[in-house]
Amino acid sequence: MTSTTSPASTTRAVTGRLAAPLVLALFMAAVLVPFASLLLASLQPAGAPLTGFALPDGLHFENFSRAWSAAGFGTLLRSSVVIALCVVPAAVVCATLAGYALATLEVPGRGRLYAYLLLGLSIPTEGTIIPLYYDMRALGLTNTVPGLALAEIGAFMPFGVFWMRAHFATMPRSLIEAARLDGASSWATLWRILLPSSRPAVTTLGVLYFVWSWNQFLLPLILIQDPARRTAPAGLGFFTGQYGVDVPLLAAATLIVIAPVVLVYLFFQRHFISGVLSGALKG
Amino acid sequence: MTTADRLTEPAPAPRTARPAKRGAGPAVRRRPRTVRSGRRRRRAVALLYLLPALLPYTLFAVLPLLHTAYLSLFDWDGVTLPSFVGVDNYRRIGTDPQLRAAAWHAGALILFFSVLPICVGLVSAAIVSRRAGRRGTALVRTVLFLPQVIPLVAVGILWRWVYGEDGTLNQALRTVGLGGLTDAWLGSFTWALPAVGLIGTWVVSGLCMVLFLSGTQRIDQEIYEAARMDGAGPVREFTAITVPLLRPEFAIALSITVIAALSSFDLIYITTGGGPGNSTVVPGILIYRLAFGGGAVGVASALAIVLTVVISLAVLVINRLSREAP
Repeated sequence: MTSTTSPASTTRAVTGRLAAPLVLALFMAAVLVPFASLLLASLQPAGAPLTGFALPDGLHFENFSRAWSAAGFGTLLRSSVVIALCVVPAAVVCATLAGYALATLEVPGRGRLYAYLLLGLSIPTEGTIIPLYYDMRALGLTNTVPGLALAEIGAFMPFGVFWMRAHFATMPRSLIEAARLDGASSWATLWRILLPSSRPAVTTLGVLYFVWSWNQFLLPLILIQDPARRTAPAGLGFFTGQYGVDVPLLAAATLIVIAPVVLVYLFFQRHFISGVLSGALKG
Repeated sequence: MTTADRLTEPAPAPRTARPAKRGAGPAVRRRPRTVRSGRRRRRAVALLYLLPALLPYTLFAVLPLLHTAYLSLFDWDGVTLPSFVGVDNYRRIGTDPQLRAAAWHAGALILFFSVLPICVGLVSAAIVSRRAGRRGTALVRTVLFLPQVIPLVAVGILWRWVYGEDGTLNQALRTVGLGGLTDAWLGSFTWALPAVGLIGTWVVSGLCMVLFLSGTQRIDQEIYEAARMDGAGPVREFTAITVPLLRPEFAIALSITVIAALSSFDLIYITTGGGPGNSTVVPGILIYRLAFGGGAVGVASALAIVLTVVISLAVLVINRLSREAP
């Protein structure tokens, strides 16, 4: 905008400078208003007639303790944490090993195996949920942590392999060749040479897996039929049907369920955004 | 290299000739081995690294999908013996009005989950990227991305409150004197589908904008300067430079949002459950209803297979198109 100095272009520059912040403020408001509205609803006294965006007459935090204990969200959160603690490390390790092999080792039929794994990126949960339910029930795995965890690990694997393979493919080949010539086994090359400098990639994958595991809805809804053992979002879905009329309680429960994932996001937001941007086909 | 390229071109790094010397690699033994057996061993070890990923993926994603395809050929209520009906279930998808409605709604949702967010994201990214100085950009990114992070069930509850009869939207309408327009949005035959669709727009727009912003940062500023020398205005700059150069980001955005539109289950389940009537029913909801409530496992499976095929084809076509020269 420095090439000309005519009045018209100055005006354009000024409107341009004002338009950007205005558009941004509008968008941020559009994102935040629904959250604020729910937060205000959660602080209203229980059973009060509510309308939209209204300041409560005091801060009724008892909705949160009611949701935590009476409505059982403490228990639901615990099972969500247990599932995530099973899924995230296991899936990250499997994806890392496979990504490493596909990027640097001599895998027979490498191209085909990789294509086979990538196919999974466009399998929706709807495509697998029906037999998962009937087969897991036959094996006695419904209503169990391993059943749900294995289903999630299987579903998350294509993206993880894709992500880790892309990461290991960018590492300098000379580094790997040098390690081999020094007599390092493939295992030692991975653990001592490549992994120490792979922390950002591994962290991003871990954060993405955590968020997906936490937010997963259809799998726990079907595979965990016992409402008391469900994960937090599935429990929230069930709860909506049962107690949808108690808006302050429902609002508090919703905020409890989203709090952990929002905290993880805010803490790792750079990792998370870059991860989603550079390849989350399965957001 | 962009994700889209990587996804569609899974061609592995060229096979470099490995140093097949004795003692290289893991085959360090007291007794020297032949070159050939060392190679075979290395290949076997490489497969071992892949096994922990291949096993859960095959057992809990690929085999269930194949099993769904198998079930789709049967008439089964989930309890009694299934009976083979061939492609009858698929034929039903073409004729049953409820199933066709679901397909129609999924198509309409693409407008709200893909087209609208991509337009919003593109225009806003173009405006924002022209902004001198980048103060506060990180905050903007963090906030606009937020809807992408929280569970869709929670998003649904958030918006049930916004759309409710005493909710935020109706309150806002009354405040500005448009009380006559208020409605029970999610309970209206006319408005429920657009209302649910706009929630999708809300969820995905921030992602698209951030995606396009990071794309515009990649574009060389000299191209813009050259265009300005030739007398191009902001609109021409946008259509002639920004849009064509953002092709890879387009492909990623389209892939993500089309998958989100076609497999939208969580949001609809929480906000309308497919109602009122069947006015917001989508394939995901029907699969759930038919398989786990309606005792029609075969038809549900056929629908699940059709959905999977449509999604895979859509992703394939999008990535193909994005690689063709403009």
